[in-house]
Amino acid sequence: MSADVELQNISVTFGSFFAAKNVSVKIEKGEFFSFLGPSGCGKTTLLRAISGFLDPSEGKVLIGGQDMAGIGPNKRPTSLIFQNLALFPLMSVSDNIVFSLEVRGVSKNKRKKRADELLELIALSGQGEKKVHELSGGQRQRVAIARALAIEPEVLLLDEPLSALDLKLRQKMRTELRAIQKRVGITFIYITHDQGEALTMSDRVAVMNEGELEQVGLCDDVYNLPNTPFVATFVGENNPFYAKVLSVEKDLVKVETQGYTFLATTGKINKQKNYSFSKGDEVLMFIRPESIFIKNENTTLDNMFTAKVNTVEFEGNLKNIYLKINSGMNVRFSVPNAVDTNELMNNKEVKLTFSSKKAIVLPKGALAVD
Amino acid sequence: MNSFFKKNGPLISTYFIIAIVFWLIFLIIIPQLYMLDLSFRPNLPPLLRGGSDDVHTLVHYKHFIFGSESSEDTYNFVDIGVFVNTIYTAILVTIINLCFCYPIAFYMAKIANPNAARLLIISLIIPFWINELLRSFALRILFASEGVINNILLGTGLIDSGINFIAQDIALYTGLTYAYILLMIFPLYNALESLDTNQLEAAKDLGSSTFRTHWRIVIPHAKAGIASGCTMVFMLTAGALATPIVLSSPNTYWFTQLIYQWFNMNDNWSRGAAYSILLLSVSVVFVLLMMRLFKVKIGEIIR
Repeated sequence: MSADVELQNISVTFGSFFAAKNVSVKIEKGEFFSFLGPSGCGKTTLLRAISGFLDPSEGKVLIGGQDMAGIGPNKRPTSLIFQNLALFPLMSVSDNIVFSLEVRGVSKNKRKKRADELLELIALSGQGEKKVHELSGGQRQRVAIARALAIEPEVLLLDEPLSALDLKLRQKMRTELRAIQKRVGITFIYITHDQGEALTMSDRVAVMNEGELEQVGLCDDVYNLPNTPFVATFVGENNPFYAKVLSVEKDLVKVETQGYTFLATTGKINKQKNYSFSKGDEVLMFIRPESIFIKNENTTLDNMFTAKVNTVEFEGNLKNIYLKINSGMNVRFSVPNAVDTNELMNNKEVKLTFSSKKAIVLPKGALAVD
Repeated sequence: MNSFFKKNGPLISTYFIIAIVFWLIFLIIIPQLYMLDLSFRPNLPPLLRGGSDDVHTLVHYKHFIFGSESSEDTYNFVDIGVFVNTIYTAILVTIINLCFCYPIAFYMAKIANPNAARLLIISLIIPFWINELLRSFALRILFASEGVINNILLGTGLIDSGINFIAQDIALYTGLTYAYILLMIFPLYNALESLDTNQLEAAKDLGSSTFRTHWRIVIPHAKAGIASGCTMVFMLTAGALATPIVLSSPNTYWFTQLIYQWFNMNDNWSRGAAYSILLLSVSVVFVLLMMRLFKVKIGEIIR
C-alpha cells in the first residue's frame, strides 16, 4: 500500500530562526519525490517533520489524508533511512532487517521467512547471518532499504543515504533505488544536495533554499525552465548576466548587457504563468554552458558575442572553457571532449553564439553560492 | 620498543618506562607478593621470625574455614557468615547502583543538552570533594532514629513510629551505593555517549518501544561500560571500610572490618593477610565469572 503525503503551510522555528517557512506541497501516491537544496536549507527538517521526530511549529502533515499531529514516529506509516544508515552493528543482517517485526511480536518463523524474502529482493540471499560490518558499502545500503521496507511502510523517507558512497557505487545505487521503488510501488521521499541524484531518480523535485520552496516540478522543467535565479544556478551550471530590458515582444525579451544586445525567453513564475517585464527593468539572463557554441559557418544562432579565452579545463566527458567578456565578466561554456580545442589559447578572441530559446530572463534575485 | 622511542623521544620514553616499572614492581607486585607470602606464615613474635618455626603453613586459611581449635563448631560460621554476607551485599549494592546510575548516565549522554549534562556532571562530582568518612557520618545523621528523615516522615504523618534505618542496614546500603556512584556513572556515560543517536531514532522509527530499544540496542552497546562500572563498584564495595564502620548496624560486620581487626587490634598480620587474599581472590573470580557470563573481554572493560 502506498499513501500520499501533504504538507500544509509547514513552518519550523528554532528560536527566531526559520528552518522551514510556510512550506506547502503535495506528494502523490507512489511518486519518487526529492527535496533538493544546499546544506542547511531545511530539507532534513521537513523530513523529520514527516517522519514524526519533530513537530512543526505551524502547519499540518497529512499522510494518506490523515493528520499526523500527535502521532509518534513509531506509529506513522513511514520508514526512514538515515544518512549514516544507522544499522544495528551488534545484530546480524537478518535481525536488522526484521527488527521492526520483532518489536511487533511477529513469530520467529514468520520473521525468518520475511527476512529471506527481503534478502532476495536486495540480492543478498544467504547472507543473513553475517554481521553488518562484514558487508560492503553498497550491500549495507541495500540492507538499510530492506530494513525500512520490512513492515511494508506506505511512505519511505530517505535522508541522503548515498552521500557516503564513492561515485561509481552512488551511480549504481541510484539505478537500484529507482528499480526498487518501481517494484514495491510505494511513495519515496528523498532528500539530497546532489542535483544529479535528484534529477536521475525522481519523478518530481522540490528545490529548497533557506527554508522555503523555490520550485516544485518535473525534473526537466526545473532544469529547463527555472522559476528563480536560485534554481537556475543551483540546478546544473549556468551563466548569469545582469541585464536591462530594452523591449518585450510576447514571450521574447530583448536585453542589453555587457555592451551586447541579446534576445531571450521570458522565464516562468510557475507552470502556468510567465513573468511580465517592461522596458528598463533590471533582470538576470541565464544561459547554460552547454547551450553556448563557437560561431562558424555551420553554427550561427540568433545571439552572438565575443570573449577572450582564459582557461580550458578538462573534465573527462566535457571540456569547460572559461572566458572573459570585456575583461570583466566571466562566462563559461562546455564542449564534448571530442571537440578539438587546441586553437583556444590564452587570450584568444572567440566568437560565440547561443539561441534565444535557451536563454531565460528572470527578475533579479539571490543566486546559489558558487 | 624502538618505534616507541622514536615516537616519543628518548627523554619521555625513559620517563614512561621508569615510572611504569616502578609503579608495577614497587607499588603493586612486591607488596602483594609479600602479603601472599605472609599469609602462609605462622604468627610469630618478632624474635622467632626467620627461625626454624617460620615455615609455610595453611593455618590461617584453615582458621577461616574451621575456626580456632578451641571452638566447638565444625566450621567457622562467624567468619564465613561475614564473608558471604559481604559478597552478597556487595552484589546487591552493585545492582542497585547500576539501576540507579543507568538512567542518569543515559540522560547525560543522550538526552540532556551539553550544558545541562556538564552541570549534572559537576553536581555529581562536587559532593565527592568531601571525604568518605565525613559523607558517611552525614548519612548517619540523616538516618539516625532522631534524624532528619525520620523527623520528616513523622512530621508529615507518613509513619507513626520512627524507622531504625541503621539496624535494618538501609543506611549501610545507601551509603555504599552512594560511595562509588561516580565509578558506575562515568564508565556508563562513556559507553552510552559513543552510541550513535541515529540508532535510537532508527529503532523508534521501526516501531520499537523505549524499553525494547534499551534492551536490544542500548544495553548491548553499553555492555562493556556496564561490566567496567559493575566490576569497579563491586570490588570497591566489597573492600570498603569507612562506610561500613560508620553505617552498619551493630549486628552487621563487613569482612574488611575483620581484616582490619587482625592487622591492628589482634596484631596478627599473617591472618589479616590471609583474609585479604581470600577477599581479593573471591572478588577476582567473581568478576571473571561475570565477564564470562556476559561475554565481555577484559580489553573491552578497559576501553
